[in-house]
Amino acid sequence: MELGFLFLSIFKIVVILAYLYGLLWVLGRPNKWIKIGGVIVAFGIVQLALKPPFGNITILNSFDEGLLFQAAAMTMVALGLNLIYGFNGQFSLGQWGFYGIGAYCAADITYRWVNGDARGLLVVGIGTILGGVVILGIGRLVKKIRGIPVLSAFTLYMVGALAAGALAVFIGGQINNLLAPALGTNLNPGPLNSPVALQIVFFLAVIFAGIFAAEVSFLFGLPVLTLGSDYFGIATLGFTIVVNVLMTNSDTILPFPEMKGGRGMIGIPKLTTWFWAFFFLLVVIIIMRNLIKSSTGRAIMSVREDEIAAKAMGIDVANMKLLAFVIGSLFAGFGGAIYAHFIGFLSPGTFTFLVSFNPMIIVVFGGLGSMTGTIAASFGWIFFLEGLLRVILSQMGTDAPTWRFVLYPITLLLLMLIRPQGLLGNIEWGFLKREVVKMTKKTPPEPAATATGNS
Amino acid sequence: MTNSSGSQQSVVPAVKKKQRAPLAWIGQGFFILLGLLVVYVLATNAWKDPSLFSQFLITGLQLGFVYAMIALGYTMVYGIVKLINFAHGDVFMVGAFTSYFSVVKFNLHQWPSSVFPGISPGLSVVIGSITVIIISMIICTLLAITIERVAYKPLRDAPRIAALITAIGVSFFMEYFGALNFVYSPRFIPYQRPFEVVAWYIKDGVHLIQEGQPPPEGSVTFSNILVIIILASLLVQLFLQFLVRRTKIGMAMRASSYDKPTARLMGINVDSVITFTFAIGAAFAGLGGVLYAIAYSSIWSQLGILPGLKAFIAAVLGGIGSIPGALVGALIMGQAEAMTMAYISTPMRDAVAFTVLIVVLLLRPTGIFGEPEREKA
Repeated sequence: MELGFLFLSIFKIVVILAYLYGLLWVLGRPNKWIKIGGVIVAFGIVQLALKPPFGNITILNSFDEGLLFQAAAMTMVALGLNLIYGFNGQFSLGQWGFYGIGAYCAADITYRWVNGDARGLLVVGIGTILGGVVILGIGRLVKKIRGIPVLSAFTLYMVGALAAGALAVFIGGQINNLLAPALGTNLNPGPLNSPVALQIVFFLAVIFAGIFAAEVSFLFGLPVLTLGSDYFGIATLGFTIVVNVLMTNSDTILPFPEMKGGRGMIGIPKLTTWFWAFFFLLVVIIIMRNLIKSSTGRAIMSVREDEIAAKAMGIDVANMKLLAFVIGSLFAGFGGAIYAHFIGFLSPGTFTFLVSFNPMIIVVFGGLGSMTGTIAASFGWIFFLEGLLRVILSQMGTDAPTWRFVLYPITLLLLMLIRPQGLLGNIEWGFLKREVVKMTKKTPPEPAATATGNS
Repeated sequence: MTNSSGSQQSVVPAVKKKQRAPLAWIGQGFFILLGLLVVYVLATNAWKDPSLFSQFLITGLQLGFVYAMIALGYTMVYGIVKLINFAHGDVFMVGAFTSYFSVVKFNLHQWPSSVFPGISPGLSVVIGSITVIIISMIICTLLAITIERVAYKPLRDAPRIAALITAIGVSFFMEYFGALNFVYSPRFIPYQRPFEVVAWYIKDGVHLIQEGQPPPEGSVTFSNILVIIILASLLVQLFLQFLVRRTKIGMAMRASSYDKPTARLMGINVDSVITFTFAIGAAFAGLGGVLYAIAYSSIWSQLGILPGLKAFIAAVLGGIGSIPGALVGALIMGQAEAMTMAYISTPMRDAVAFTVLIVVLLLRPTGIFGEPEREKA
């Protein structure tokens, strides 16, 4: 059984990688209809494998389904981190904190909704939208005043965001009273708790959770991104720790008794389906690819190469760092929301900062600044470590699961010593392929005209 | 403050002008308010119950002096190689475990009385404990040298982030390798002290606390381990000051920290200086580990993470690269943590450390004693 399982798992990883390659290849086709059809086929293959309409043959069992969802969530987180670290060069260890924020935020929305309380959705929804509007408004204001210190800008944003939040809590409380009868209670759900409505709420929850994480990252990143590489890393590590502390005390320090603090939040509706996981994964990949290919993306990458040179080219370095950080956190929030609704149980132990190095390891593995590498490494990572190694090691005695954690740092060390640019380095597949600019040589980059013909 | 925040905004250092940034008062006002709030909370509580307040002060002192010992390693290493040596906290953990094993497995704290039966028990404990501490320091030193040789040295010319990731990897490896059952096991282990902790209380003079007799209301207690930690930490500070200021190797360290290529040209073996720096920092971390374990009497394989991070923050707070700065920063960190535990909430003690870091870096990026940053090497 052991050997069969081993081969099966390795075969699965190979199939998954081939699948990803096919997906990216199909996305890279110039014809719009082939693209859409290919995506639908790609979605359909897995959907059929998960729930075959014929007979009782299960190709992918529920364990594999869980792995797929986990891998999708991890891909979003790792892609976000790759945007921050790989493309923009900001060494962030806070990605896991934003992942946790997204997970808890989305879980709280749907949990409350299922239990007849619309305030979760209303407050977070109104809060994120109002907060976004306020932040954008203040941003315009701040832009007019040249040379405003970061601290002052931060204070303004903070006051604005807090005011928006307070207003959202007030409005949400008011509307909730109107909605309460339509929601019903847990035992006899009202019309707003039908499966279709729940799917919509789930969709909104994921979106709002992502935006919420992004706004938090904006407020946090604005002052912290000015610190410089190492200090930024430590500060973001601190952010992860602070978020974890708050999660552990969510029912005492924070006013969320339904999160149950360190005991873990149970009873989150398991709404993640392959459709949603695939959809959000695709959304994240497409947003990020288009961002990277745009002039903004080139500006983001120029910040990584040389900040002073980028400044000299007229790039607003601080803004670009912030943009990459916020979008990366947005992806992490999406990932967290997907994960929370797959697992149905959130505990602060999932979001400790020791685990927070996982996306970092994935990004380093896959190659800094390589989207394909990150995607492949995330899927490979989850299927290899969670799928294969966990099962095999758990049969080898009580001590064995710890070996997993002993093995990653060794691999990380070896990788850093032998191949610091990551396994896949700069290689991109299909859709993600881009003009390769030699970063080390000081030759002028080729004209942009060649960039379009490559995909 | 205006200057530092202004310099981050300015495009190129050469164009920097000495003019007041607009609306600077908002940010300053925010931090002044924050500071006033902290002062208000502390002052009202100190007024309300002075003895409790001083008790927390003592707790903070104890933490702070332990952090000071760890922070020295961070500040020296960062000063020379510009690397956050994440594994330093785990060296500290190894120090604690080494002393644990030498006490439990080998009874090293009692070797004088078993070798020379006639020796007085007091002297035996003192010599035994010092042996335990020295053995821990030696093991930590060897460990740090190994880590430096194996993991950091090949990456000396690589980008700094690669070295940082390696440091994280080493740290992880040690934490999880320690969590294996045949190493230290993943559980909390009750620490067996090499010597007994004796506590006193201060109320109308200093009195010894008898066993089973709680100290009276309104008294402040302290223990011998507090005194030992403070003395050891101060001794280490003095020793290091002497080493860096007065000896040849100290001069080499300062030179390497200032400008590595030029130091090399002057005939300094920079690699061995770096190794020496790692070694000496690790020795102090080992000492800190033993004293920390004696003071808090419970150890496990992830013991070193948070004290390590806090000590690093203390080093940043004091000004990275500065030895008195490490002490001052560590004392502030200790007080911040103790006061948070006392007056905000215990779980927030870790959160406060990082808040302090961010605030300090924003207000004064070079730390309290830090020299203004030279251009990046």
